[in-house]
Amino acid sequence: MTTYLIKGVSVLGGPATDLVIRDGVVAQMGNDLSAVDAREIDAGGLVALPGLVDLHTHLREPGREDAETVETGSRAAAMGGYTAVCAMANTSPVADTAGVVEQVWRLGREAGLVDVQPVGAVTVGLEGTQLAELGAMADSAAQVRIFSDDGHCVSDPRLMRRALEYVKAFDGVVAQHAEEPRLTVGAQMHEGEVAAGLGMTGWPAVAEESIIARDVLLAEHVGARLHVCHVSTAGSVEILRWAKRRGVRVTAEVTPHHLLLTDERATSYDPVFKVNPPLRTASDVAALRTALIEGVVDIIATDHAPHTLEDKECEWAYARPGMVGLETALSIVVDVALDTLGWDGIAERMSRTPARIAGLTDHGLDIGVGVPANITLVDPAARWRVEPADLASRSRNTPYAGLTLPARVVATFLRGEPTVLDGKAVK
Amino acid sequence: MIRHLLSAADLDAATATLVLDTAHEMALLADREVKKLPTLRGRTVVNLFYEDSTRTRISFEAAAKRLSADVINFSAKGSSVSKGESLKDTALTLQAMGADGVVVRHPASGAPHRLAHWVDGSVLNAGDGTHEHPTQALLDAYTMRSRLGRLEGLNVAIVGDVLHSRVARSNVLLLHTLGAKVTLVAPPTLLPVGVEAWPARTSYQLDSVLPDSDVVMMLRVQRERMDEAYFPSAREYSRRYGLDTARMRRLPEHAIVMHPGPMNRGMEITPEVADSVRSTIVEQVANGVSVRMAVLYLLLGGKV
Ligand SMILES: [Zn+2]
Repeated sequence: MTTYLIKGVSVLGGPATDLVIRDGVVAQMGNDLSAVDAREIDAGGLVALPGLVDLHTHLREPGREDAETVETGSRAAAMGGYTAVCAMANTSPVADTAGVVEQVWRLGREAGLVDVQPVGAVTVGLEGTQLAELGAMADSAAQVRIFSDDGHCVSDPRLMRRALEYVKAFDGVVAQHAEEPRLTVGAQMHEGEVAAGLGMTGWPAVAEESIIARDVLLAEHVGARLHVCHVSTAGSVEILRWAKRRGVRVTAEVTPHHLLLTDERATSYDPVFKVNPPLRTASDVAALRTALIEGVVDIIATDHAPHTLEDKECEWAYARPGMVGLETALSIVVDVALDTLGWDGIAERMSRTPARIAGLTDHGLDIGVGVPANITLVDPAARWRVEPADLASRSRNTPYAGLTLPARVVATFLRGEPTVLDGKAVK
Repeated sequence: MIRHLLSAADLDAATATLVLDTAHEMALLADREVKKLPTLRGRTVVNLFYEDSTRTRISFEAAAKRLSADVINFSAKGSSVSKGESLKDTALTLQAMGADGVVVRHPASGAPHRLAHWVDGSVLNAGDGTHEHPTQALLDAYTMRSRLGRLEGLNVAIVGDVLHSRVARSNVLLLHTLGAKVTLVAPPTLLPVGVEAWPARTSYQLDSVLPDSDVVMMLRVQRERMDEAYFPSAREYSRRYGLDTARMRRLPEHAIVMHPGPMNRGMEITPEVADSVRSTIVEQVANGVSVRMAVLYLLLGGKV
């Protein structure tokens, strides 16, 4: 194993220091360090963060390897500064058995670019009628702790209650895609002024908010943990604020795109802006940013959702919802929140807390001697133009094409091994 | 200069008026013995219809032929488009054929906008999903102007399923541009959330709107909407929002009754009203050809 000597890096924006990474851990930390046979990295001006953790990634394998594989998605994650991703269960076959989650977990290990932590489906086939074998997935080699039917909502209240209760046995958490399906039949975009003018069926905010309200009450009633995926409305924020004040064990995520983009983007009818939940209004964006700063929304998760060209270069109504996001997430967060959150606040929301929610004990740890070297080096002064063709993801459906973004990931270390160096994927 | 006609919002007052004036000249031509103009000789107009709409297709076809254009009908039924060819591939085919104009009818809102990215010719929206139908709005405005002599200051009531109506959206935009005052009348369930931002008033009561209306435009309402609980029954709908002779009497003497067709007789309009002297329904069809000639002439002839 190569030893790395990182010179002059600013840990979480603090004073410059040196780090020695050896045998998978941070071996030394301090000024004027030297190490024999070490590969030296001049990190002057760079910021070191604990490796980022994404609680919400669609890797598409098995089933849609034409859109993404565990390997290409892992590479995209590493390029974005991630050292761990939670792979959503809506693959084909669905990750609703120990066999499938172990397969995904093994593919992640083989790729070796990030830790791939499979999410297990809550219900068989994501069909919302019968609980999947949650315990078997928890006991498998993948040690699943997060369960989600993401893409679908566990809309049956009795089933949701049982799922919340059942996973308490192995300290699991249900991550809900909050969308009352009866209120979103045929929905194409946020229901409001823009949709009215464009003649597109609306996805009302209340379809999300009513499920979140129900679920926090259920979680409180049975004393279970609940995680809310991709919160997108100001009303959802108010419900979460209320629930947290009551002491409900609820955590919530927001995506970078919901922190930056609004439903006005749909006026182009370009399906690259079609996503579920949909882009909302400017006042929702403002409320989400405030909620992120205040901690009402705990973390940023990408909802990285790769799709092939055929699934996006078509009529809006026929396009699949979703955007790739792993390689742009940190830049978007720096853009919208660095001045209010600082680097420590970003590390809290993109590394420590998601690692804690997912139960990933090797991740989200502050950089210090003896700690597993899962580290991201960022150049905060860099600016880069998003070129879809340059993305490491197999898919190109980024809503930021042509945009110039701040901050660039220069290096990512997974347990002491670089997965990205000089801004390029190592393997 | 506009290249495409995707939305009624693409037309400012001067351009819209030019279209209506040109349509008037085209209408005069229809009374002549030789109905053809050589204006678009050698130009190709493709009718690309992903929805069955014989009346709109025939109207565009007649308009293009009277301008001596070559017309190709590309219907989704039984062609490569129904076999899963993407809109983009179809666009590239039309591009290779050298289409100067593409008239597109599509069930998905925004499909003509997408198409406009992929072809060099002019794209004419002939109705996209629940979005817009700009030439319908133009022919409606033309009909109002010929019957009532003006558009500025007219009170126009548009009644029915506004939520799902591309005719309503285009009419609100165009009539506002041309200075008419629109009131949308519908049960609350059939008005879109966000309608407050439109340049139109709204009302849930047809009876109170009629006495001040110069024009009442009845929209087609599908009976099946009651299955999605937009209203309780066809009977209740027509009782509250349908136009019958008793209601028609509430209109001022000069007021006209319009319908974009096809009608659901007995649902939103009774046969007596549809066939009355106030009704412009037959004229609208004839005016459709003149207005579409004007649009093709101005867009493809590079006159706008
Ligand atoms: Zn989701």
